[in-house]
Amino acid sequence: MAASSSGNRILLHKLNELITFKRICNITQHDIFIRRIRTSRSKCQLQPKMHTKSPPQMVGVVGLEIHAQIHAASKLFSSSGVRFSAPPNSLVACFDASLPGTLPVLNRRCVEASVMTGLALNCTINRKSLFDRKHYFYADMPAGYQITQQRLPIAVNGSLTYSYLGGRKRNQVVTKNVRIKQIQLEQDSGKSLHDDHRNQTLIDLNRAGVGLMEVVMEADMECGEEAAAAVRELQLILQTLGTCYGNMAEGQLRVDANVSVHRPGEPLGVRTEVKNINSARYVAKAIDYEIQRQMEVLDTGGTILNETRAFDSKSGATVPMRDKEGLQDYRFMPEPNLPPLFVYESVASVPAGVDPTQVVVIDRLKAILPELPGVKRAQLVEEYGLLPEHSFTLVNEVGLMDYFERVIQKTKAEPRKVIGWVIKELLGNLNQNGLRLTQSPISSEALAELLNILESGHISTSAAKVVFQEMWKLPEKSVKQLVAELDLELISDQEQILQICRRVVDAHPEEVRVIRAGNKKVLNKLMGIVQKETKGRTDPLQVRRILEEMTS
Amino acid sequence: EDINSGQTQTFTAMLGLSIKEVSAALRDGRMSATQLCRTCLDRIQETRCLNAYITVTEDLAMRQALEADGRLSMGKPLGPLDGIPFSVKDNFCTKSIETTCGSRMLRGYRPPFHATVVQKLLDQGAVLLGKTNLDEFAMGAGSTDSVFGPVRNPWSYATPYCTYHSEGKDPESDWVITGGSSGGSAASVASLSSFLSLGSDTGGSTRNPGSLCGVVALKPTYGLLSRHGLIPLVNSMDVPGILTRNVQDAATVLGVLQGQDEKDSTTVSVPDSPASLPEDLDIRDVCVGIPKEYHAPGLSADTLAQWDRVAGMFEQAGARVMEVSLPHTQHSIVCYHVLCCSEVASNMARFDGLQYGHRSEVDSSTEALYATTRHEGFNDVVRRRVLSGNYFLLKQSHERYFVKAQQVRRLIAEDFWRVFRAGVDVLLTPTTLGDAARYADFIQEDNRTRSAQEDVFTQPVNMAGLPAVTVPTALSSRGLPIGLQLIGQTLQDRKLLTVAQWMEQRLDFPIICFHDDTQGQDGQTGSRERMQFRIIKDNTKSHAVIK
Repeated sequence: MAASSSGNRILLHKLNELITFKRICNITQHDIFIRRIRTSRSKCQLQPKMHTKSPPQMVGVVGLEIHAQIHAASKLFSSSGVRFSAPPNSLVACFDASLPGTLPVLNRRCVEASVMTGLALNCTINRKSLFDRKHYFYADMPAGYQITQQRLPIAVNGSLTYSYLGGRKRNQVVTKNVRIKQIQLEQDSGKSLHDDHRNQTLIDLNRAGVGLMEVVMEADMECGEEAAAAVRELQLILQTLGTCYGNMAEGQLRVDANVSVHRPGEPLGVRTEVKNINSARYVAKAIDYEIQRQMEVLDTGGTILNETRAFDSKSGATVPMRDKEGLQDYRFMPEPNLPPLFVYESVASVPAGVDPTQVVVIDRLKAILPELPGVKRAQLVEEYGLLPEHSFTLVNEVGLMDYFERVIQKTKAEPRKVIGWVIKELLGNLNQNGLRLTQSPISSEALAELLNILESGHISTSAAKVVFQEMWKLPEKSVKQLVAELDLELISDQEQILQICRRVVDAHPEEVRVIRAGNKKVLNKLMGIVQKETKGRTDPLQVRRILEEMTS
Repeated sequence: EDINSGQTQTFTAMLGLSIKEVSAALRDGRMSATQLCRTCLDRIQETRCLNAYITVTEDLAMRQALEADGRLSMGKPLGPLDGIPFSVKDNFCTKSIETTCGSRMLRGYRPPFHATVVQKLLDQGAVLLGKTNLDEFAMGAGSTDSVFGPVRNPWSYATPYCTYHSEGKDPESDWVITGGSSGGSAASVASLSSFLSLGSDTGGSTRNPGSLCGVVALKPTYGLLSRHGLIPLVNSMDVPGILTRNVQDAATVLGVLQGQDEKDSTTVSVPDSPASLPEDLDIRDVCVGIPKEYHAPGLSADTLAQWDRVAGMFEQAGARVMEVSLPHTQHSIVCYHVLCCSEVASNMARFDGLQYGHRSEVDSSTEALYATTRHEGFNDVVRRRVLSGNYFLLKQSHERYFVKAQQVRRLIAEDFWRVFRAGVDVLLTPTTLGDAARYADFIQEDNRTRSAQEDVFTQPVNMAGLPAVTVPTALSSRGLPIGLQLIGQTLQDRKLLTVAQWMEQRLDFPIICFHDDTQGQDGQTGSRERMQFRIIKDNTKSHAVIK
C-alpha cells in the first residue's frame, strides 16, 4: 500500500484539465456511474463554511462495517456450494441447516482470502485467531448463533487510502486515509422472505454459512462521499485480489454505517447504525441524510437515540428499525468445536508434524498478491503520462485499464491521445447506452485500427469520430470498409483542395477583408466552410496554410 | 423341538461371551450372525421392563446380520466386530433411524447421516440393534429424566440384591437406577442384550452407569474419537464412550473408533495399535496415584473398602502406590455447572421448531412459535440449564462466571498434569460415591443436586480431557455393583487399558449370564414380574444367572 499512497501523491500534483472527466460524470445516472459515486450536495464541501461568531459547525463522524462475501467454491464451514440466485434451499449442507451433531470444518480458501485482503489493507495478520459464537434468534440463522471472530480476529490495524474528486468544481483529486480496525471471518445468514398476504415467512438457507469478511473501518470519515469513496476503493481491491466479487446489488458487499455528529474538539455524539445499504450511491445518500437528520434533531433541541436505522432507497431517508438490536446481549462464547486458527509466516515456520500444504502460509500468499489499484494508477501516470484523474477512471471502471492497454499495444497513437478516445468516446457511448465494457460493440482491436488510420493521416479527427459512431452501429463491418463506404478518406489531390479553397475565398469577400485587416480569428470560419464542403476530408493544418496564403 | 430348544439354550449362553469369544464362535460357524442377532433381539424383548431401548431396529439388524453371514461363510469377515450386535445411545445420529435424545423436542427426528463412530462400527460389519435410553439430552446422572421414562438397573432383579432386600421386597418399587446419562447403554450391555454400546461422557455419563451396572466403561481422551453426529451437551468435554463387558473388548472397539475425522476439527491422529492389549505388563513399572481429595463426604463404606483393597492389591503386586493431591478438584462441580449450562444454552439455541423436531401449534408470531416450541419440547432440567447458561453468558456476568470458570478449569487440568509429571502413570479412584440408589430414593432430590453429587469423581477428568475407565470391582453389601476408576494421561488410553486389564484379571467380578429357565416354576421366563437374577459360583468364575 506504500506504493499506492505515493501514487496518490502524484495525483495531487496534477490537478488541471478535469473537464473531460467531469462531463462524463454528468452524462447519466446508470449504474456504471453509480459506482463512481456522486452526491448532489456534498457535506464535505459544505463544512468548511463557518460562521464567524457562532461556535464551529457540527461535522459528521462516520465509521463503516463492511461485509464482503468471500469468493470461494464452498461455504465457510461446510462443503455446500456458493452461488447467487440458485433455487431456494438447494445449496444447504446438514451443518448449514444446523442439524444437531454437525460440526464446523473451516474452509482454508476463506482463510487465505481474508489473509490476502488483510495484507492488501496493510493489516497485521494475527498468527493465532479465535472463533466465537454470537447468539441471537432469527429465523434465517438456524443455529441460533453466528460463528464470528469477536476476541481475536484474523487481521488487525490496517489502513486504506482512497480518493475522490472534490473541490468547488469537483475537479480536485482529494486523497484520504481510513484506519482498518480489523477483518474478521464470520458466517453469513440465510434470507427470510415475509409473505404478509398469507402471514408467513419463507426461509432460504442457500446463503446461510457463506464466508464473510467483516472489514471494520474506524470512524475516520466525515461524510457520505468519503465513505462511498472508501467503499469503492475497498471494492476495487477485493475485486483485484479476487477475494470477493463485490457486487453490491447481489449482496456480495454490504455496508453498515455508524454515524454521529459533533462539533470538532468536543466529544463524539451518540451514534446510530444505518443498515441495509446496498449500493455505493446509497452509502453516500444514506450517510448524508443521517448526518443532516442528526444535525437537525440537535439544532431543534432534540436528542439522538442509539438505535439501528434502515435506509429506504425510495424515500432517500433513514428510518428506525423495528427490532431493538441496540438492546441485544449477544452472550458471546468461544466456539468450542474449532481449535485456534494458526497461520504461519513462512513454510520454514510451520511446526514439525504439520503438513505445510494444509496450512495457510503468509509468504506464499504475499508472493501471489496482484498489483493493487493504487499501484496501477501510479504506473499509468508514470508510464503513459496520463492525468491522475484519467488513471482513476481507467482503474475504477472494471476492465477499462486492460482495454486501454490493449489499444496502446496495437496503435502508434500517443497514450494521451488514446485516453481521450477511451474515456470520451468509448466510455461516453457506453454510459449513454447503459452498457458495460464487456458489452461494447467496439473491440480494443477495432479502436486501435481506427486510431492507426487516423495517425497515418488518411482521415481527419472529425472524420474519425464519425467513423467511430458508425462502428458503434455496425460492429460487423471493418474499419477500413466503413471509411471507404462513408467516403471519408482525406482528399489527397492537392489541386482539388486548392480549387475548393479558392472558391470559398472568392465567395466570401467580406470575411477576407476582415482577415486582411488583422482579425485572424475569422480564418476559422473559412476553414469551417471548407471542412463542410469536403465533409471533413481535408487535413485542417493544410487547409489553414492554404487559406492563410490566399488571404495574406 | 428338543433340538431347537437345545440350540436356543446354546445361543443364549453365547450372550455372556466377550466380543473376542463370540467373534471366534461366528468364525468357527458354531453360530451364525443371524442366530446371534435373533437371540439378542429376543433378549431385548425379554428385558423390556428395563426400558433400556428407545428404538429397536429389528429389520435392519437382521439384514446386517445376514450380510455378515455372507462374509463369514466365505471366511472373509471385515474385522473383529463383523456380525457383533451393538447398541447406541440415542444422542448419536443414525441415518434414517429415529434419534430422540430422550426428548420430546426430537421425537420422530430421523437424521440424514450416521455419526462417525456409528459409521465406523457399521463399516466393520457390526450389527446395530437399536438406540438406547438416556436422560433428556444427556443431562442427568440417573437415566431417570427421559421423556420415555426411567431405565431400570438389571441388577435390581439379581439374586444378591433380592436376597438383601428379602423382607417386604417389591420389585416394582425397590428397583435401582442405572446411573446416567448413558443408562440405557449400560443396561443393554449388563443385561446381555448387546456386546458393546456407545455412550457419551461429558461429566461421567458413561462411567457412572458403567460402574452402577457392573460393566467396563471407557471415556477416551478428548479428541481421540470423533464427535461428528454426537448431539452435543458440552462440546469442549463431550466424548463418545465405550461400554463393554471386559477391558480387552473396550480396547478392541477403541482401536476401531479412534483416529482423526475431517468432520470433527478437534480430533487428533494416532498411530494404529495392535488389537490385543499386551498381557506381559510388569506391574512393578507402574506408579499408581491415590488422590487424597477423593475421600469425599458421602463416600460409602463399601466403596471405600474396595478402593483400599484394590490399592493394596497393586501395592502387594509391586506397583508403586502413592498418595497425591489434586487441590482444585473441590471446585470442579461448580465450575462444571457454569461451563455446562453456558454451552447448553448455546447448543440448545438451534431447537426452534423451524428446521426439524417438535414445532408448537402456536404460530401467532415467530417469537411465540419459538417460545412455545421450546417450552413444550424441553423438560424442566433442560430449560433450567438453558436459563442459567444464558445468565452466565450475559455481558454483565460473563467475566464473573464464564471467564472465571474457564480459569478454574485450567487449574483443575494443571493439577492432573502436575501429578503425571511427578511420575504417576494412572490414578485410582472410586467412580461413584456408592452403589446404585433406589429409584424412589433417587428422585427425592432434583436433577441438579443429583448431578452435582454423582459426578464428583468422574467430572474433573472431562475438564482436563483425560482418558478414564471404570472397572467392575465387586458387589456391595446390598448386592449391587461397585466400580473403580482408573485415570490416565492424555492419549495414553492404551496404557490405561493395559493397567485396567491387569486389575480386571485379579478382581473376579461376577458377570451376568443368561440362564435359560424354561423349566422354571411357572414357565414365564422373561416376563417382567419374574425376571430375576441369581448368582451361581463355579470353580473358576462367578455368574449371575436368571432364575
